[in-house]
Amino acid sequence: MTRAETLPRTGDVTVTQTAFRKALLDPQQAVPDGLTNPDGQQVSKRFSVYRNNVVHGLSEAMLTGFPVLAKLVGDEFFREMAKVYLRIHPPTSPLMMHYGAALPGFLESFPGTLHLKYLPDVARLELTLRRAYHAGDAAPVNPDDLTKLDHHALMATRLQMSPASEVLITKWPAKAIWDFNMKGGPQPKGGGETILISRIGFDPVAELLPDGGARFVNSLIKGCSFGTALGLATADTPDFDLTATLGVLIATHSIIGIDKPD
Amino acid sequence: MSNNMKTVAVLGAVSAAVAASAVPAFADGEQEKCFGVSLAGQNDCAAGPGTTCAGTSTVDYQGNAWKLVPAGTCETMEVTDAEGMMMKGSLEALDTNLPAS
Repeated sequence: MTRAETLPRTGDVTVTQTAFRKALLDPQQAVPDGLTNPDGQQVSKRFSVYRNNVVHGLSEAMLTGFPVLAKLVGDEFFREMAKVYLRIHPPTSPLMMHYGAALPGFLESFPGTLHLKYLPDVARLELTLRRAYHAGDAAPVNPDDLTKLDHHALMATRLQMSPASEVLITKWPAKAIWDFNMKGGPQPKGGGETILISRIGFDPVAELLPDGGARFVNSLIKGCSFGTALGLATADTPDFDLTATLGVLIATHSIIGIDKPD
Repeated sequence: MSNNMKTVAVLGAVSAAVAASAVPAFADGEQEKCFGVSLAGQNDCAAGPGTTCAGTSTVDYQGNAWKLVPAGTCETMEVTDAEGMMMKGSLEALDTNLPAS
């Protein structure tokens, strides 16, 4: 088929991307001019089917991507909310696996969820777990290698963090809520959390970090040496628990390289 | 512990963390990557609601949806924020936050 044959055969109006996009997300809008059926007539039903598929596909993608949020508010509510969200935040990238990134901010001002103030933190956790799932592969180091360094070498060493590793600081107990809903964990209690998200094999994991742990891990992610990261963490948190923090990093396969100084 | 952790303390902390983690190696070998089945990238075009025109009818944005009330496990939550503010789940939509209709 040549290109000319794919263009509308009747009428002198060709649909623009802007008009098409506008009508796609607003069922009140008429079918854009210039879309024709194979018989040359203006389309009507075909565009509606397409419009519906876009909305349905995006809301189902959201529902799949935020299982705990969906559980918290119920599937019916979630789907209706997703329809509002997707019209305000249509995809900006063809990578559907990351769709929904603006949901935390949306939940903060959306009338139906305004009073459930912990939802944005739960959304952030689910998004970060998803990023970890899609992050690049990396093999963890053998933890024993850490003990082979003397003090001087250890301090100057840079620990490479896994591309899946991220620290999330929340105001609400997002991980406890996640565990309660997904793993039958205990009733969520308490306040904000410092959560390390990473990936073991192909499974995203989330573990709590002790005080100062965010500073330590974020410094490592930025490429600081072990000594610098430790100094920054202890400056913030004098009783920084290095053993517990390293334990979480090792257990979550977050350390993927030990760059010894030359 | 002082701001300058002593040499012994640091090495000891590292050893303790490594020793505590000395569990059997994770059996990664059993996993295999299955491309194209990513979490949220599903292209939902199979038979079912996606192929009907059900949702094409006018969607009353906030109008009807926000009379809907979150009906999940929200009401079982009893959590507090970092400042200790108590948050109890509620099945009541707040009237004050409803958009003018």
